[in-house]
Amino acid sequence: MELKSHIPSGPLAEKWDKHRFELKLVNPANKRKYSIIVVGTGLAGGSAAASLAELGYNVTAFCFQDSPRRAHSIGAQGGINAAKNYPNDGDSIWRLFYDTIKGGDFRSREGNVYRLAQVANNIIDQCAAQGVPFAREYGGTLDNRSFGGAQVSRTFYARGQTGQQLLLGAYSALQRQTASGQVKMHPRSEMLDLVLVDGHAKGIVVRDLATGQVQSFAADAVVLATGGYGRVFDLSTMGLGCNVTAAYRAYKRGALFANPCYTQIHPTCIPRSGDFQSKLTLMSESLRNDGRIWVPKKKDDNRAPNDIPEEDRDYYLERKYPSFGNLAPRDISSRSAKEVCDEGRGIGPTKYGVYLDFSDAINRLGKDLIQQRYGNLFEMYHLITDEDPYEVPMRIYPASHYTMGGLWVDYNLMSNIPGLFVIGEANFSDHGANRLGASALMQGLADGYFILPYTIAGYLAQVGPKNISPDLDAFNAAEKDVNDRAKKLLSIGGKRTPDSFHKELGNIMWEGCGMARNETGLKKALEKIPELREEYWQNLRVLGEGEELNWMLERAGRVADFLEFAEIMCYDALDRNESCGAHFREEYQTAEGEALRNDKDYTYVAAWEYKGVGAPPQLHKEHLEFENVELATRSYK
Amino acid sequence: MNFTLQVWRQKNAREKGRFETYRAENISPDMSFLEMLDVVNETLITQGTEPIHFDHDCREGICGACSLVINGIPHGGKKGCTTCELRMRNFKDGDEITVEPFRARPFPIVKDLVVDRSAFDRIMQAGGFISVNTGAAPDANAILVPKKHADNAMDFAACIGCGACVAACPNGSAMLFVAAKVSHLANLPQGKPEASRRVRAMINQMDAEGFGNCSNHYECEAVCPKEISVRAIAQLNREYLKSVFTRMA
Repeated sequence: MELKSHIPSGPLAEKWDKHRFELKLVNPANKRKYSIIVVGTGLAGGSAAASLAELGYNVTAFCFQDSPRRAHSIGAQGGINAAKNYPNDGDSIWRLFYDTIKGGDFRSREGNVYRLAQVANNIIDQCAAQGVPFAREYGGTLDNRSFGGAQVSRTFYARGQTGQQLLLGAYSALQRQTASGQVKMHPRSEMLDLVLVDGHAKGIVVRDLATGQVQSFAADAVVLATGGYGRVFDLSTMGLGCNVTAAYRAYKRGALFANPCYTQIHPTCIPRSGDFQSKLTLMSESLRNDGRIWVPKKKDDNRAPNDIPEEDRDYYLERKYPSFGNLAPRDISSRSAKEVCDEGRGIGPTKYGVYLDFSDAINRLGKDLIQQRYGNLFEMYHLITDEDPYEVPMRIYPASHYTMGGLWVDYNLMSNIPGLFVIGEANFSDHGANRLGASALMQGLADGYFILPYTIAGYLAQVGPKNISPDLDAFNAAEKDVNDRAKKLLSIGGKRTPDSFHKELGNIMWEGCGMARNETGLKKALEKIPELREEYWQNLRVLGEGEELNWMLERAGRVADFLEFAEIMCYDALDRNESCGAHFREEYQTAEGEALRNDKDYTYVAAWEYKGVGAPPQLHKEHLEFENVELATRSYK
Repeated sequence: MNFTLQVWRQKNAREKGRFETYRAENISPDMSFLEMLDVVNETLITQGTEPIHFDHDCREGICGACSLVINGIPHGGKKGCTTCELRMRNFKDGDEITVEPFRARPFPIVKDLVVDRSAFDRIMQAGGFISVNTGAAPDANAILVPKKHADNAMDFAACIGCGACVAACPNGSAMLFVAAKVSHLANLPQGKPEASRRVRAMINQMDAEGFGNCSNHYECEAVCPKEISVRAIAQLNREYLKSVFTRMA
């Protein structure tokens, strides 16, 4: 299979304009002849569904939450990037493009990333007009702040709730279209299969989670905006409902899965305190501006932190990276924490934690100033751990946070299956091997508001309206598959719960395919996953019935998909014999322990094709062309 | 820690519900209230009893999905805290704890502790938005918003749509929820052109859904996990009054 990215020719800055001119348009009066399915209503799906409906398409949208306002985009704290250059500090579209492609360790497409930087400014305009209460200066203009990986202030924010406010903006636009009847919204509905008609994506099979009813929906195109797969590790900063199911079902129907091994681990989360834990809470990265990270020098030092004298402490980031110190990038900081804990020098009840200590900053700047800067974060930490960070150091540890990999798409955000579009975190397109802070919100909204509405017209105009009926054989067969699978899950009658399998899978993945990977560990994971999957289908216990709200059944289906998907991640990590961005292969590092990229052999997108459960997927490569940037080595020493 | 739970179980909207008694044993004080229920559920499953269903997702106090009435108080009564953020150390070892769904006529029970809050979505559909199509926006700095107004708007925009205000109100009113959106948008210049239509449409829909009216009990403010002030309701009333005069003019 040849992967065509369909990046337009010509100078980088003119590609998108040229492409928009060349794309076919759908006449305004004809738009109502087309129907579009949008699955997922977070930033990407919500903004896409609203924008497509405004244009006049008939949109049917689905989300598994009880309301589209609860999608997990809502959890994003920090902000959203754009190259407005309001602070007059030298920002430009080119600089935003360059920072993003460099932050991704040169494993993304120039054309896509440049377009992202171009439309970012429109997002800020759109959101401000919707009434998103961005932070303001006294004069009434928008305020900006700095964020990791950039030397300019380009991050727009709404307190520590930027994701929530942007999502509510998209949600309000979606509600307006729902009221007008242009969007038919189906909350508490989970997509369980993709349906192809003559090789084109023309519908989905959905389970109504409240009633258990399985039903087909047909349309002229299907848009997946179903988020990332970070919960393959079980514990993560994501919502508990986040899952890979929709994307994985599309993969099983022939869509390629690209770069699944690129998973971001955020360095500053509250560590787990026991096996019961369901969720890891993120503490903003900004804390590293004033906190110092350390562990005891000796193994198994059980003294209270304040009883450990200065000479017995190892400020390992300051020691290893004297110029960046505690502000080393996310991947480096996360890996270093794992290293010291693996050496037995970790702290806290599980010994997987490090201290983030504010005592120096409090002595130097005073408690008041620290309170002004981080008061709400300190309160949240206190609430969760019952420890006062003004008195004792915080405990932190890295956690799964975002996934750069996703379904393969071309420049039009269309997968290799015609008519199947994938947007937001669910696709692989813009972040390469590592995402910079405040770029996830930017990409989700860029795809939904300003890219997909243009590119989907190109496809629709080409194929024409089809008015497909959901009674076709293809739909009946897919519905039968979905029903049979639910019956199977309900009838195993074993002993273990879906959650217990999920925890075990999470441990296997965290050990074998987590922050640092190596060949032996990955191969071991590839042995353990099929064994666990085997047990799953023998020893799972799901209670209740299929025809009602049944959590266990929902989770059982999602865990079953994770148990297959986890293998592709390991195959991908095993194939990529280099370290780049968030993917760190221990065999490939410099003498100083830094990531060693291999641009000669690995400047490609790895897109995997399904070949059956348990069978190794087939690799297809899309070579990345770099015409405008030079591939530089990242250094933070 | 060990607890005795009285939990509301209800198979679906049609059947009658009842309290069931469960033991929660060996609970760590660090657990969140929902993690405690996770533990109870794992035990129930091994005994062949269906797990207790409750809505939840982010488990960090922002998605607004969790919705329990704990010992009679929505979200359990710790200030500025959702059920998912509430920790078991806030209870005493040996406590008996009652757990019920949010109760209000417009929030029918789906199962156990899960309620249908789609009435909130319909209120938002009535007018909780600014009518601006994608692409039609001026440069963001072309609309100046004084910092004070932006901060005020943000205070109200922080609403997570959980519905605790309704569950706490003796009248089952959704006034704080509606007021938070009306006030968020009324504090911004972008929201002005539609302010009058918005407030009327949202209130009409609130009434149509069967929510009660506000008679100044302020229970909503007391339980709001985002500590949204009843000042919002005062602003809502002003906006409503203005809209009546605007219409007359």
